[in-house]
Amino acid sequence: MRKIFSHTEGMITDPMHYCPGCTHGIIHRLVGETLIELGIRERAVGISPVGCSVFTYKYFRCDMFQASHGRAPAVATGAKRCRPELVVFCYQGDGDLAAIGTSEIIHAANRGEKITCIFVNNAIYGMTGGQMAPTTIPGQRTSTTPGGRNVAEDGFPLKMSEILSQLQTPGYIARVSMHSPAEIIKAKQIVRKAFEYQVSNTCFSFVEFLSTCPTNWGMSPVDSLNWMKTNMLPYYPLGEHKIPEKHEGGSR
Amino acid sequence: MKTTDVLFAGFGGHGMLMAGKLLAMAMIKQGRQVSWLPAYGAEMRGGTANVTVCISDGDVMSPYIERPNSLVVMNTPSLHKFGPKVKTGGLVLVNSTLVRESFERDDCHVLYLPAGDIAMGLGNVKATNLVLLGAFIGLSKIVTKEDMIEVIQESFTSKSKFIPLNVSAFAAGYEEGTKLRLENDVELELEDEERDSTYAYSNG
Amino acid sequence: MAKILMKGNEAIGEAAIKAGCLHFFGYPITPQNELPEYLSKRLPQVGGKYIQTESEVATSNMIFGAAGVGVRVMTSSSSPGISLMSEGLSYLAGAELPAVIVNMMRAGPGLAGILPAQSDYAHATRGTAHGDFELIVLAPSSVQEAVDLTILSFELAEKYRNPVMLLGDGMIGQMMEPVEFPDVEVGPPMKAADWALTGCKGREPRLVSSLFLDPVELNEKNHERFARYKVIKDNEARHELYNCDEPYDVLITAFGVMSRVCKSAIQELKGQGINVGMFRPITVKPFPSEQCSAAIFKSKRVLDVEMNMGQMLVDIQLAANGKREVDFMGKCGGLTPSIEDVIESVHSTLAKIKGGVA
Repeated sequence: MRKIFSHTEGMITDPMHYCPGCTHGIIHRLVGETLIELGIRERAVGISPVGCSVFTYKYFRCDMFQASHGRAPAVATGAKRCRPELVVFCYQGDGDLAAIGTSEIIHAANRGEKITCIFVNNAIYGMTGGQMAPTTIPGQRTSTTPGGRNVAEDGFPLKMSEILSQLQTPGYIARVSMHSPAEIIKAKQIVRKAFEYQVSNTCFSFVEFLSTCPTNWGMSPVDSLNWMKTNMLPYYPLGEHKIPEKHEGGSR
Repeated sequence: MKTTDVLFAGFGGHGMLMAGKLLAMAMIKQGRQVSWLPAYGAEMRGGTANVTVCISDGDVMSPYIERPNSLVVMNTPSLHKFGPKVKTGGLVLVNSTLVRESFERDDCHVLYLPAGDIAMGLGNVKATNLVLLGAFIGLSKIVTKEDMIEVIQESFTSKSKFIPLNVSAFAAGYEEGTKLRLENDVELELEDEERDSTYAYSNG
Repeated sequence: MAKILMKGNEAIGEAAIKAGCLHFFGYPITPQNELPEYLSKRLPQVGGKYIQTESEVATSNMIFGAAGVGVRVMTSSSSPGISLMSEGLSYLAGAELPAVIVNMMRAGPGLAGILPAQSDYAHATRGTAHGDFELIVLAPSSVQEAVDLTILSFELAEKYRNPVMLLGDGMIGQMMEPVEFPDVEVGPPMKAADWALTGCKGREPRLVSSLFLDPVELNEKNHERFARYKVIKDNEARHELYNCDEPYDVLITAFGVMSRVCKSAIQELKGQGINVGMFRPITVKPFPSEQCSAAIFKSKRVLDVEMNMGQMLVDIQLAANGKREVDFMGKCGGLTPSIEDVIESVHSTLAKIKGGVA
């Protein structure tokens, strides 16, 4: 019998702690596969955040940091500047990157750090129990916005890909989605591209994943994917928002 | 052990910190120990700026001195602030170009020099600090004229076009200081201080 | 090497290079700006990296990242900036990473003033950040000692895998004094460490983390760390005794530049026929408490002098162990107790001894 699918060497084989239906596992796999395909696992250093993906360090088969909340891009800067031969990537959620770590991600991008940031945006704080995230969409109910996100008081959700694309410093900024196999395949190509930009020492690279949280959204995994497609995609347009060859950004 | 201290005081931009630094460098050349402790306000220019230079044959103890042996003062506010603090028997050297009043201290040598006018005569009022430094050294003879000129030349190597002005300002000040020393019968010596106490430095 | 006249801030920067530190991350704050400015010029000349950061919070995490990949790294700041670094300091200690942090203290609390003070003794030695850890804290009293202790800081940080703070009282940074450096261009790099993240080629992946969700494991980790602090206290505590060979009634305790003001006062008091001893901790953490006690018990009464409201006083009182009274004299806000102030306070302490005041 021909083996057509197996674990990636970029990850360990132990079960993960993520809730059923969560797309973190798929995103991990895309990153793990990329480490192997590009032959960079043995010189990779990953940085796990605070939040649902805090245990990321358990899953990748490479050297890992566990960083403080929101500071992964600062830790990555320290590591990469001191050992430029390493391939350094951050894995962060929306609270980590877009709330407490806003300053660190913007300045790392603006300095053009040769690092790769994987940003998982599921519009909610997962680990702490479903509170409003900086990316929670208008009207969305969370445990701290029982009446739905009120933009008059909470402001509008931050579009991190668009914000980072405004920087003059060359970079690779893209947003992908996990709502269908076709999108996952596209996402894989973009993750690979993001790492390639780092390996060729070209620029900062950033991939925003639109993801789900069935547990805290209170939906089944399938309903979550549909909800994301209907409610998040219109607010968070997919595509390559900025490529280093063309500083003004753009979309696919 | 012999020690003394000098306070150079003026406004930021007057170059008093630089005057103190040149003196400190000359002292190191002579194998003495020095400390150079500045104090200034939050402003980069125009605020108060002064520096205390402590000189010793042994380790400098306190670099922070509230009652200096000597005061070299550029302007009136600094004179008002620091003049009363000079130790009895000490020296107050005043830039009379900017300070238009007399300073009453019977227990100190209070000497006036139109350092600003002298510097202007040499072509640049910015060299007033070097005139005052020259006068202080002419008065105290704490270092020879030749050694000090060498230090000035060394420390302005990257701005060599300023060397001739600074050297001539220093030399003019030095001549005036020497005259003041003779006219006023000033004898400034480094103070003797008992400092042969035990000094244990231990680890663990 | 000949002695050169250098500002403390710049001398500490050069000392770091002589210690083999080629990486500096920092955010501007008065009164330590000469240090990053100096290194921004010097580090590229010796193949090093200087990075100006967006905040002290980011700085402390950048040095976490740098230390984690096994290189010597330093940052410097002043009081309010050090508060913001508390996060990274706790994580460095938790993940057992070596790094050197310079604090050129200014007056506090809040934004307070830019003038020299000793306002962060308590923060550095007791309440640096959350969790069970201590820093190793060295307090120099001269520019030369700042150079020597900077080099020692890197040694201690690596030997004990713990962050080390060089605690300067503002004056140290701004003051120029003649200094001598070790006769090397650049010190050797950190030895390859079996915990550093360098890429997992030929070995199992490594993890640098301060996260321990298993209470038993975390309990053991912290006990192990504090056992190490005991070793540090036994082997690395440093102090200076000044004028303590002849009998003295009053012992002055002071640290940093303040101790030199006290030395001048002690000399003047000698002229008045009064012999006063002085104890100065060089490592303020670990505090050389046994050595301090020994000096205290030779006195009748102690006078603690600081440029704050009495932050070291607690350590002195602990060393006195209720057997000697400890008087305190301090100025803060950017003021420094003068030689005259110290002499006056010694007289007042002497009067209390004579009068039998408790």
